[in-house]
Amino acid sequence: MSTNIWIWIAALLTLAIYSFLYKDNIIYKIAEYLLVGVSLGYSISITWYNVVIGKMVVPIRDQHNYLIIIPILIGMLMFARFSRKHSWLSKIPISFVIGWGAGVAIPLGFETTIVEHVKNTIAIPWFGGNVLLLINAIIIFVGVVATLVYFYFSLPHKGVVGKVANLGIWYIMIAFGASFGYTVMARISLFIDRAQFLLHDWLGLIH
Amino acid sequence: MNFWVRISDLDRRWIYLLMAIAIIVPFFVNITIPIKISPPTQNLYTYIDTLSPDSGPILISFDYDPSTQGELTPMAIAILRHAFSRNIHVITMSLYPTGIGIAENITSQVAKEYNKVEGKDYVVMPYVPGYSAVILSIGEDIKNTFATDYYGNRTDTLSCLKGVKNFEQIPISISISGSSTPYAWITYGYTKYGEKIGVGTTAVSATSYYPYLRTKQLVGMLGGLKGAAEYETLIRKFYHAKGRAMATIGMNSQSMAHIIMIILIILGNISYFAIRKQNKRSA
Repeated sequence: MSTNIWIWIAALLTLAIYSFLYKDNIIYKIAEYLLVGVSLGYSISITWYNVVIGKMVVPIRDQHNYLIIIPILIGMLMFARFSRKHSWLSKIPISFVIGWGAGVAIPLGFETTIVEHVKNTIAIPWFGGNVLLLINAIIIFVGVVATLVYFYFSLPHKGVVGKVANLGIWYIMIAFGASFGYTVMARISLFIDRAQFLLHDWLGLIH
Repeated sequence: MNFWVRISDLDRRWIYLLMAIAIIVPFFVNITIPIKISPPTQNLYTYIDTLSPDSGPILISFDYDPSTQGELTPMAIAILRHAFSRNIHVITMSLYPTGIGIAENITSQVAKEYNKVEGKDYVVMPYVPGYSAVILSIGEDIKNTFATDYYGNRTDTLSCLKGVKNFEQIPISISISGSSTPYAWITYGYTKYGEKIGVGTTAVSATSYYPYLRTKQLVGMLGGLKGAAEYETLIRKFYHAKGRAMATIGMNSQSMAHIIMIILIILGNISYFAIRKQNKRSA
């Protein structure tokens, strides 16, 4: 059994959280509030030292980089939102963030998520004679088309369009099934980690 | 009340208990389930395995917080062990404020196993806010993005980063994440700078990244605890890696829990149809 006090605290908090599985209780609530408080406090302290001190105070104080005062002042206009009279000033930093963000994200995002994937779906190469890879590519191509038809609402889902849309539903259901299977696996993995922590790190029952 | 009605009305706490037993018992039973290596894991392993100490440092971004560390930390440890076994330098960082502590803790712990020196063999970067801005900034100048390391040492004085300016000198960046940050790495790292990207992700998110493997926008991927166990298997087989194989040990429990889950799903469905049939008859 561990003699480390921090392991004991973590173990008891883990058990406190799992006590919710039996029923909601005060021990669970304490652990939950502690988690929220500690996470927030930790994030604020990391941000304070790495961002406010590291990126604002140090460059001005030690490196005499006074130019960064301009973006700092623009950023501080966000606090104008607390004043009803001056809240319009916060639109200035917001416009910078949205303008920069959209300018950077739209072309790169379009290329990453649409152009590359469309290219890859259309191109069905021979894969060096590997029939399985070719079949795989055809399944994906049919799946993409059928799913897109399912989400195409300008035509009634009747006749050929309806049949292709139905095929799309099957693809979507299979995708949901795969996602659900992976989700189950993920949740169990998290419990496995905690079980290992309790049995190995805390109690020393397994190696 | 017949059997199927009892099944459908079963108190969920019995299911929790059953799952807990299914997960805990395999830890005490010595069974070895063979782990088959999937292509996405193999591809990531092979890519890192072809690197040499002269290839430049690899970058591992711990883009997660304690809520998903059960799945993701074994991956990070396995990749670090692989890199240190090959004497490849490592840069670790996090795009999450709550992930930076995990990054430092895990990196220094694995480095100690391999007698690696901070600043010379590896460097831990501090938290800098902004996903896309940080990745884009690394693409221009990593030492400008991180003027100091996690411990406050100036990055331009660290031998680990000698000759490293941006992604051109970093052969691969691996985002270990339970969220959408790998998209940011693909979008800003791969599309903008042509950086090779690897992903270690939670099982929940794994299906989202398969399309990116097919388009070769990702070098490889570790999906969930199974991906971590596969990577551990590879490094234990070829490098006799030291330390505890957390994911591999957990795979027996994972398999047992899946069997219970499948049985419960089948029972639940039979129960549903049986009760529906009974209701029709009585109506």
